[in-house]
Amino acid sequence: MELILFYVFAVTVVGGGIGVVASRNPVASLMFMVVSLASVAGIYVLLEAHFLAAIQVMVYAGAIMVLFLFVIMLLNLGHDYRDDLVRGLYAVCAFVVSGAICGILATRFGGAESSALYESFPGAAAMDLELAERGAVSLIARPLFQEYVVPFEITGILLLVAVVGAVALAKKRV
Amino acid sequence: MNELSPTVFLIAAAVKVLAVFTALMVAIMYATWAERRLSAFIQDRLGPNRVGPFGLLQPIADGLKNIIKEETSPATASRFFFVLGPMLSIMPALVTFAVIPFAAPLPTPWGTVDMIVADLPVGVLYILAISSLGVYGIFLGGWSSNNKYALLGGLRASAQMVSYEVGLGLSLIPVMMLAGNVTLTRMVADQQLGLWYILPLSLGFLLFLISAFAETNRLPFDMPEAESELVTGYHTEYSSMKFSMFFIAEYAHVITASALMATLFLGGWDIPFWTGDNFIPYEGGLISGFTAAGDPIPAQLSIWTTLLTLGAFMLKTTFFVVLYIWVRWTLPRFRYDQVMHLGWKVMLPTALAYVMLVGATILVLDQLGVTGGPGFALALTAVSLVATGMFALYLDRGRIITGAAPAGRAARAAPAAHP
Repeated sequence: MELILFYVFAVTVVGGGIGVVASRNPVASLMFMVVSLASVAGIYVLLEAHFLAAIQVMVYAGAIMVLFLFVIMLLNLGHDYRDDLVRGLYAVCAFVVSGAICGILATRFGGAESSALYESFPGAAAMDLELAERGAVSLIARPLFQEYVVPFEITGILLLVAVVGAVALAKKRV
Repeated sequence: MNELSPTVFLIAAAVKVLAVFTALMVAIMYATWAERRLSAFIQDRLGPNRVGPFGLLQPIADGLKNIIKEETSPATASRFFFVLGPMLSIMPALVTFAVIPFAAPLPTPWGTVDMIVADLPVGVLYILAISSLGVYGIFLGGWSSNNKYALLGGLRASAQMVSYEVGLGLSLIPVMMLAGNVTLTRMVADQQLGLWYILPLSLGFLLFLISAFAETNRLPFDMPEAESELVTGYHTEYSSMKFSMFFIAEYAHVITASALMATLFLGGWDIPFWTGDNFIPYEGGLISGFTAAGDPIPAQLSIWTTLLTLGAFMLKTTFFVVLYIWVRWTLPRFRYDQVMHLGWKVMLPTALAYVMLVGATILVLDQLGVTGGPGFALALTAVSLVATGMFALYLDRGRIITGAAPAGRAARAAPAAHP
């Protein structure tokens, strides 16, 4: 059952990805991307990463893609991108590089290793108990705010700097 | 708590999905009827009262009419997205109801059936995630119509929903902090043991209420439709059943938001001042509370408590639906810049400050050794009431609350004509 669902989601992820690059219409590309991102959330659910799945839909499929939507609607609507398409050597290079990345990921993380990793993890039973007792959020929150609190806060400052920078740049243009 | 066997679980889940979906559709039908009747009463009219007793069969007649009406489709619309729009807007509105618990667990000969379609471990986050997808339906409807009013309506809808999602999410954080969990079943259990969250988190409730109005695109936030500016906004080009699907989606949103507010802030299916309906998950079983010595009291499940709690849940939800209708026919529409100002410059900072305030209060109480019980709840209630009062005074800007008192600066400067 899980395997069937995995293949369903895998097909929609890859199909959505192909649709993004293959469709002529920018809004169609965007909708394909939403399908792809939402299907990734489905795969997260199959891996029992419920919190990650919810955040994936909320942040990527919900918020970021709506911002893409604004950009598409307000800029360059109907502009034909045929001139921007790369051909010849560039296309071959891109194909080789993305294929290489795919191969490395497949050899490094592929196969049945990941499930064995989960079983051998000492806290697997404790994690299941915590999931039942306190829900999916505390599973992520505990390590995030106890062991990794400094990197977490530094990431927060980094994002804040990015936001302030974006606002400063936008102010200059207006 | 007897566990269900996998077969029974599947059958129970299928029955629950069917029953909840049917009940939701019937509730939507009668929400449209209630809207038309209540708006008529507010405007000193009678409203639809001809079809059936009190006009109760009017929604069926409306549905039939919408199905057999001619359907037009604009020649320049992009067909696929034009059809996809209403579908995408109705889907998130209906599936968000799945994680809302609507009654006490039902005892059956095959085990205890939880009265919730899917008790997901992410609970509230699932609702936020799915409702953030609702914007695509409205946007695609507006964009694919190839009509400037529809496009403007779609743009406004996306901007507004993104803005108020922030306020909605942030106003829920105090609730999660207080419950210590994100699943709605645990939140209901926590409210059964203590106070309903509307008291200790009154400002959170107010912020959630305002954001929920904006998220459902109801007046005073119906910028995407705004018939006096945009004809009818994103569904200008839609007719017959597709038009009606947008409306079904709107009422489904209203009902889900009402049910959510009832669950998060009014105790869900809890009946107040009665411990017979307390079913709190505790060490693998259900208990109704603790004795004075701290021993758990096992809960007595029965079909009658399930029905009674279902009635309580429906009553609370209906209250919020009526509130929605009432507000719609009472308040005028905001200007678009006012909506954005309220969302980003008022709701967002207030919600952030309130998260900090509740967090600090819980921390201080923890340090003082108060982790629960009446003292904890009362302290939070007091802090929240002060915050709510300050927020109300700020929103009021000296117009209504202080303006009603005669001792203002204006009254002193200009003596009244009639002593």
